[in-house]
Amino acid sequence: MNFDLTEERQMLQDSLRRFLSDRYTTSVRNEILESEAGYSADIWGQLAELGVIGALFSEEDGGFGGAGFDISTVFEELGRAGVVEPLLDTALLGGGLIAALGNDDQKALVEEVIGGAVQLAFAHGEPTSRYELTRVETTATVEGDEIILTGKKAVVVNAEAADHLIVSARESGDVDATDGISLFLVPRDTAGLSLRGYALLAGGRAAEVDLDAVRLPVSARLGAAGGAWEAIAGVIARAEVALAAETLGAMETATELTRQYLLTRSQFGRPIGTFQALQHRVAELLIEIEQARSGVINAAGHLEGDTRMRDLNIAAARNLIGRAGRLVAEDSIQLHGGIAMTQEYELAHIAKRIVMAEHRFGDADTQLERFLDLSAA
Amino acid sequence: MDLSYTAEEQAFRQEVRSFLEEKLPKEMSDAVREGRGLGKEGHDRWHAILNEQGWLAPNWPQDFGGCAWNAVQRHIFEEECCRAHAPRIVPFGLTMLAPVLQKFGSKEQQDYYLPKILSGEHWWCQGYSEPGAGSDLASLKTKAVREGDHYIVNGQKTWTTLGQYANWIFCLVRTDPDAKQQEGISFLLIDMDTPGIEVRPIILLDGTHEVNEVWFTDVKVPVENLVGEENKGWTYAKYLLTHERTNIAGVGFSQAGLDAVKRLARSQMHKGRPLIENPYFAARVAQAEIDLMAMATTNLRIISAAASGQAPGVESSMLKVKGTEIRQEINDMARRAAGVYAMPFASEAVEGGNEPPIGPEGTAAVAAQYFNNRKLSIFGGSNEIQKNIIAKVKMGGRA
Ligand SMILES: Cc1cc2nc3c(=O)[nH]c(=O)nc-3n(C[C@H](O)[C@H](O)[C@H](O)COP(=O)(O)OP(=O)(O)OC[C@H]3O[C@@H](n4cnc5c(N)ncnc54)[C@H](O)[C@@H]3O)c2cc1C
Ligand SMILES: Cc1cc2nc3c(=O)[nH]c(=O)nc-3n(C[C@H](O)[C@H](O)[C@H](O)COP(=O)(O)OP(=O)(O)OC[C@H]3O[C@@H](n4cnc5c(N)ncnc54)[C@H](O)[C@@H]3O)c2cc1C
Repeated sequence: MNFDLTEERQMLQDSLRRFLSDRYTTSVRNEILESEAGYSADIWGQLAELGVIGALFSEEDGGFGGAGFDISTVFEELGRAGVVEPLLDTALLGGGLIAALGNDDQKALVEEVIGGAVQLAFAHGEPTSRYELTRVETTATVEGDEIILTGKKAVVVNAEAADHLIVSARESGDVDATDGISLFLVPRDTAGLSLRGYALLAGGRAAEVDLDAVRLPVSARLGAAGGAWEAIAGVIARAEVALAAETLGAMETATELTRQYLLTRSQFGRPIGTFQALQHRVAELLIEIEQARSGVINAAGHLEGDTRMRDLNIAAARNLIGRAGRLVAEDSIQLHGGIAMTQEYELAHIAKRIVMAEHRFGDADTQLERFLDLSAA
Repeated sequence: MDLSYTAEEQAFRQEVRSFLEEKLPKEMSDAVREGRGLGKEGHDRWHAILNEQGWLAPNWPQDFGGCAWNAVQRHIFEEECCRAHAPRIVPFGLTMLAPVLQKFGSKEQQDYYLPKILSGEHWWCQGYSEPGAGSDLASLKTKAVREGDHYIVNGQKTWTTLGQYANWIFCLVRTDPDAKQQEGISFLLIDMDTPGIEVRPIILLDGTHEVNEVWFTDVKVPVENLVGEENKGWTYAKYLLTHERTNIAGVGFSQAGLDAVKRLARSQMHKGRPLIENPYFAARVAQAEIDLMAMATTNLRIISAAASGQAPGVESSMLKVKGTEIRQEINDMARRAAGVYAMPFASEAVEGGNEPPIGPEGTAAVAAQYFNNRKLSIFGGSNEIQKNIIAKVKMGGRA
């Protein structure tokens, strides 16, 4: 066993941390949050230049990383700085699906993703599917050499900015069957595809996507008809490792902000950090962070192996971080008092990142349920 | 012991219920149910409706136009109002300042201010906290210096809830800088139109403009606006805080919140079945319900004892801690129930607007409310301060 980062990952961590602490300041970030686009094209370009996107892809796919610990290294830093740029959506989900299923033509997009030139979104969840990843009611029907997509997709993150949406649709099977789901590469301006966009509470933007008889050439399909499930489960596993690591980074920032604040804020003639009641609360958060870090390591370390062990460790990590994250977010706010309730204070955004991450692909309860199902299997 | 409501109490509940059915405007209860802000006009309108009924100031003594309701009646009234999604009564004039004026104000002050609180002509806000004086309120620095018939006030208040709507502010100010902290404080009533007052918005983490900074630069306040005696303000301030803590348990809010969670969980699907049938979620709901059933009785026990002459001391601190924990837990369940639809930032839903909200009914504001209600354990004496109070009384510790 060895718990150290490789030299390459250590360098990646150092340069990304330095870049974000220099350039992604609270005021820069708050401006991005208020902006119409919801992310900064400038920051995006610089992240690509730094190799941050490339680190999320394997050499085979044109990157120089792509393993679980590459993902966790990058996303912990993104979380630490409260980054809202859509790396999860464009690189891990969108790029990951094309890399997994695309033919050579389609895979040309992955190179553009790594270079920072293309944005993607994964349009998978539906208005009533909640966190159930196999529930796909959107249909795809073949008509000659065309495919017709009809249905609705919910809370599609980064949809408005995306050059292409990767849309899941059912070609066969029951509404919640794993078999029968296909993926399609849909340019955002395709006729019949309409978006209702909105800001997200924790930053970034999403859209409700309406597919009203969207016509595509059959060549828009990624991989085999009805055979996309494994790839979907694979990229979502990677995205869940990323979310866990991102939340860990944000938890560290929240706790550090709290620790610092308690040492400087005085009430009753002394720093409030001298009250033992509050010291113990910080101690609890620090304990939870060590547990969360181990959860992320377990999940990242099992990403490439057996899928049951992968999914079990991911469910475990996300359940643990769902619980610990909530405690860190709530207690950090509480220990600060009123100041943490203001939008412009750094912690407010960080706390929102932590709590709202639970709402992607399953909250602590859903993860617990998955863990139990997998344990029984 | 008898847990059942008497026939009179049941009749009273019916009377309140019929009143709400008849007089509570639908657009208002819709806004409350969906978590939208009402704006000043909305609050003024609801106050006027209650005032016409004579129910705007249930806590006031009858001599001043109050209702002379007992603790159980007040509880029933609150419960029914929450159930019907009536707006909350804005407390600053009615339940904070008024009791102070009734006990410590001059006859002139009572005659002048109390009717204007009822009529809505004066909208009050609370100027206690300062940047350096939160939990340690007595360390406040805003100073008032007597010059002839006026005090000259300089300093800054903060976290002033709905100060943007207010035309009057009651303030704690330091009038004797040399006395021991608590002994140099006075209680002043200040017209916010006086030159030298500036109100600056603070935007909260859910995007709402609910609180403000209020800055005072050489503000001239007539000496007749002093309540009671100079340098005795701390006594009045603490008296006010005990009134601030009535209804601190928020049982009605919790009940309405829990109903909303159940409604949402019945309509949200999880694996093809209503979420409410999912054992993990159902267990959360049941636990909150169990806590709330006990809280409702704790609350009634404590306020009934207070009504029959026993002052609620540490018990009101207990109500504050447990009551806010339950409310916050319910907010957490609501965001959970909304699933992915907790993620959109519902500025429309929070601030009011014409766009239909994103996501199924009842989901738009839940995440914003979850974050906004983190305030419940911070203000009104933080939950840590409440525990200090309990410990001080029960264990002789320091608070
Ligand atoms: C089963 C068992 C096996 C043990 N084996 C050994 C052994 O092999 N060798 C050995 O040397 N000792 C042993 N101990 C003793 C053990 O180290 C002491 O019990 C321990 O140090 C606590 O001391 P105490 O019992 O006197 O409790 P106290 O120190 O009186 O503490 C009472 C309570 O007050 C709390 N407390 C005390 N000080 C503070 C503070 N400053 N801030 C906040 N809270 C505080 C404690 O956490 C505890 O809850 C053993 C004890 C047990 C129960
Ligand atoms: C939304 C909102 C609305 C508000 N509205 C008003 C209003 O209308 N008018 C008004 O005057 N004020 C208002 N307040 C202010 C509120 O009363 C203060 O926020 C509160 O008193 C806490 O003060 P603080 O924020 O300065 O935190 P601090 O007092 O700095 O406390 C920070 C942390 O330290 C803890 N702490 C402090 N002292 C101790 C101790 N001795 N032991 C253990 N822990 C301690 C606290 O519990 C808290 O966790 C409002 C606040 C908020 C958030």
